[in-house]
Amino acid sequence: MVATQLAPSERVYTRPAFIDCDFHNQWDSPKDLYPYLAKRWIDHIETFGMRNRAGGTYPRFLEDKAGTWPPSGRRAASEPQYVKDTFLDPERVAYAILTPLGGGGGIGNLDLSAAWASAVNDWQTAEWLDFDPRFRASIQLPFEDPPRAVAEIRRVARDKRYVQVQFSGRPHEPMGRRKYWPIYEACAEYGLHVMSHAFGSYGQPITGTGWPSFYIDDHVGPAQAMQANVISMVVEGVFEAFPTLKLVSAENGFAWLSSLCWRLDSTWHLLKQEVPHLKRLPSEYVHEHLYVCTQPMEEPHKPRHFLQMLEHFGPSVDRVVFATDYPHWDADDPDLAFPVQLPPELQQKIYFDNAAALYGLRGEG
Amino acid sequence: MTETVEASRSSTPTRRALIDADVHVEVAKADVLFPYLPDHWIEHIRQSRFKGPTDNDSPYPPRSPVAARPGSKPEKGPAGSDVGLLRQQALDEPGVERAILNCSYAIDSLHHPDAAAALASAVNDWLIAEWLSKDDRLRASMVVPSQIPELAAREVERVGGHPGFVQVYLPVRAQHPWGTRLYRPMWEAINRHGLVAGIHFGGAPGNPPTPSGWPSYYFEEYAGMAQVFASQLTSLITEGVFDAWPTQRVTLIEAGWTWLPAHMWRFDKEWRNLRMLVPWVKRAPSAYIREHVRFTIQPLDAPPSRQQLMEVIEQLGSDELLLYASDYPHLHHADPIAFLDDLPPDLARKIASENARNWYKF
Repeated sequence: MVATQLAPSERVYTRPAFIDCDFHNQWDSPKDLYPYLAKRWIDHIETFGMRNRAGGTYPRFLEDKAGTWPPSGRRAASEPQYVKDTFLDPERVAYAILTPLGGGGGIGNLDLSAAWASAVNDWQTAEWLDFDPRFRASIQLPFEDPPRAVAEIRRVARDKRYVQVQFSGRPHEPMGRRKYWPIYEACAEYGLHVMSHAFGSYGQPITGTGWPSFYIDDHVGPAQAMQANVISMVVEGVFEAFPTLKLVSAENGFAWLSSLCWRLDSTWHLLKQEVPHLKRLPSEYVHEHLYVCTQPMEEPHKPRHFLQMLEHFGPSVDRVVFATDYPHWDADDPDLAFPVQLPPELQQKIYFDNAAALYGLRGEG
Repeated sequence: MTETVEASRSSTPTRRALIDADVHVEVAKADVLFPYLPDHWIEHIRQSRFKGPTDNDSPYPPRSPVAARPGSKPEKGPAGSDVGLLRQQALDEPGVERAILNCSYAIDSLHHPDAAAALASAVNDWLIAEWLSKDDRLRASMVVPSQIPELAAREVERVGGHPGFVQVYLPVRAQHPWGTRLYRPMWEAINRHGLVAGIHFGGAPGNPPTPSGWPSYYFEEYAGMAQVFASQLTSLITEGVFDAWPTQRVTLIEAGWTWLPAHMWRFDKEWRNLRMLVPWVKRAPSAYIREHVRFTIQPLDAPPSRQQLMEVIEQLGSDELLLYASDYPHLHHADPIAFLDDLPPDLARKIASENARNWYKF
């Protein structure tokens, strides 16, 4: 493998260098985080565990993608050097946005939730951001305890390598509820975006109608869960209150964006008297404020439907950003993910320009 | 395209055949059901001043624009509670040859199983006596205490042989996805009687309508119901409902449908990746959907341009999936007749009547 691998300069690329908007840095074991935790919490974790809300347990039969496991035997994406050598350099990753899962937002004990989120952030700063200048990061938050979440934002956001805060796909209330507004206010103050990443938290089912039986249901479901959060953010008026805020959807697919806009607009024509705080068509808020990560890539039945879908996006075509989901089993290959050959201008936008504009990143794709 | 439509209009002066797959009847108040309830429950309702199960969380807030289009309220009672007015406005005026009545009485909100079963039976007997027997153009969905599958099956057995019932009404919001195994006794009964399962907008199961809990506004519930429908579709297929009962038909009523192409693409991809988890699912989910599932067209949730609308219809991959529905007396943004008028004539004919005639075997 190593012997036949071409050096970066010899490889012929079929696409620009890209910004990976969903890269999962992982710890091998929670013990990796102990250097960043007070002894009180280490003792607590050793004795009682983390105690998340339960549910969402399905036999999956799938682990991280082959080729992402370092030879040390540690977990995939837990060694920055191995990531650099096998992914960042050879794949021409211009920037990778760190989106660790398990940032503590769903932990029942709110003090532990805050301590764990802080530990993850300190681990990201010391072991990832300081390791390679191509990394940017997402602030992990005790988002069910907004005052503590705001304090964590204020603690971390001075480091401009943090470009957004990260929510799980299923917080305890829909994301637009007022409970979370202090978090959005702090984000607006620091110019941070809000990412909603699929899965996480649990305690409540992936559907609006109870628990399904299989992991496949859970893996189709994020598209529905994310739409519920978009509806909530738009209809409850978050973007009226915080006009600079952007919502980034990760790992939820994106083909649903147009039909959601159409449904929101037809609902608005019927029910706008209930929501007088909305000053514009709901679709206008979506087009302006929602960014969607590409992974898992949409694969329409006919390849031409892919371009048709992007035509239906209208202005949102400038809000589609590439993501691999490295190192998970269903990660998208940056060379092979798209089901059609994109026109060069569109390719440049999705691989690089759209995300560069979103996160204020420089360089060339 | 416009020229073709104009030409077809002028060459077909006769009225278009119409089958309306969603017309609503309303139980005005609980005592309407007294002739069909045992004494025990009549006394219970009187003593407790029980107003019926849709007090605070109706899927159609009674005074909102959704609940009643202008002119649809009779002198007494809510829209959809008077057979004379409904006959005039939903059948005679639009020239409807068959209409399927749906009653959104929230049987599913009652936690008391015997109360739920008694009220479901009363609603069905009321539908037979006061609606189905009054006009032979009418057909109906029976209601069932769907939260207790054995009791639901018993109600299907009790009235499933009545020729007026063509469908079983299942609210899209439920305590569990409809495909889960616990509902198998209900599916067995529905299938044995050759009935369509009509999964309908709304439901009051007590659990939240989104994967992130309860929203603040009805607007969110209304818009978000499309996602609950998508989740139900996922469940029916992954659980193998159509493998266990290969003749079963399901209609999604008031689901919207422009979201369907995106859902089929994602679901088919996940099935290619994860089908080893559900080995009984032999074909791509979209193949099951096209064979076993139909969608009423109201609400329309159409894209802004006609060209995009035609592209979405083409993405559905079948011209048999859509069924005309007025959702009388409820109001949505789009006019379903104007939608038909704008389609190529062959497609308009299929959606207006042919698809429903084949599907419901009229």
